[in-house]
Amino acid sequence: MKITSAQYWDRDGEHNHIIATIDGVVMSVPFDPDNIHYAEILKQVKAGTLTIKDAE
Amino acid sequence: MTKAAELAKMGEVLTNGQIGSRRSMVINGKFQVFQRGTSATTVNTNDVFAADRFKGWANGGGTYTVEQSTDVPDNEFEFSAKLINTGVDSSIAADDFYVYATDIEGYNVAQLAYGSSDAKAVTLSFWVKASLAGTYCIALYSTTASRYQIKEYTISSADTWEKKTITIASGDTTGSWNKTNGNGLRIYWDLGSGSTYQGAADTWASGQKFSTTNQANWIDTSSANFYLTGVQLEVGEVATPFEHRSFGEELSLCQRYFIKENGVSMRNFTGSSIAVSIPHFWKVTMRAAPSISGSNATANESITTQGFQGYKGGIGSGASWQLTGFSASAEL
Repeated sequence: MKITSAQYWDRDGEHNHIIATIDGVVMSVPFDPDNIHYAEILKQVKAGTLTIKDAE
Repeated sequence: MTKAAELAKMGEVLTNGQIGSRRSMVINGKFQVFQRGTSATTVNTNDVFAADRFKGWANGGGTYTVEQSTDVPDNEFEFSAKLINTGVDSSIAADDFYVYATDIEGYNVAQLAYGSSDAKAVTLSFWVKASLAGTYCIALYSTTASRYQIKEYTISSADTWEKKTITIASGDTTGSWNKTNGNGLRIYWDLGSGSTYQGAADTWASGQKFSTTNQANWIDTSSANFYLTGVQLEVGEVATPFEHRSFGEELSLCQRYFIKENGVSMRNFTGSSIAVSIPHFWKVTMRAAPSISGSNATANESITTQGFQGYKGGIGSGASWQLTGFSASAEL
């Protein structure tokens, strides 16, 4: 799974989900550990190969 | 088979509850549901879906396509999955692999009691046709237990439909197999893989391997085809007739993992610079909160297994907005 970008989307001052580009597709990824995209984001962040940007 | 053996098998079928419905743990085993589209999809990387619940891996220089086909073994089935080799890999490196697979949710295979002393026998049956005859392999694999077993089967004649029945008489008593909403069991059909993914057949082992060294090198054969349908996995040592479910039921089962929507919730607005959040509920409870792509909303907020809210800001006076064109993926 190739993740080329990840950024938080905030609602009312709190993180609501992550907008990520995964295998070339822009996705809204929820914070659910059973979601394979979120699990992979966490894995890559932990490995230091991906950084989730702050919301704009 | 003697009459006594036949009766013994019948007794086993009754004991295992294989007479009733809900025998098959495989969803979309007769390839009716292709929510992403029925035309050829190129598999040139890993985790590529065409048919619902089945996905392809191409981890190397070769490629193949998957599409829905009406080429079937008999009138029992309407469709099959048709794989065509569109890019030969004539020099498979150790870490290369080419497989087609289906993942089964833990809840649906918990009955096998894998990872315990009560692990049960399981039987896989399917129809297959390929332009390249020879020895092929399937493998059962657990992503959480990291356990596998490879079984060989033979495609005796090229371009001829053949039904294959493969029984794994002893279930795996080792490892932590997922029994809830995670990945419970994966079935691989190998199309040619490197030495890293080759192992011995007929025994449970640790790791992730798909084939033996006898596997036909399908991916090295230009324009080779491989058809598959009637896939069924059931408890016990007997392959019962294919369990036909209604299309609506099969589609609903698929939509627990992937939903494609084509247009919902039209609104008309008055005022200026309106911001709205339109709730949308999935047709079924999804396996996990899904990832959403393709939506025309400014943001897809508050995503759960039940639904989400499409948020749109800056809508002008008199404008309309339709939350549309999105897919939700809770694949394993």
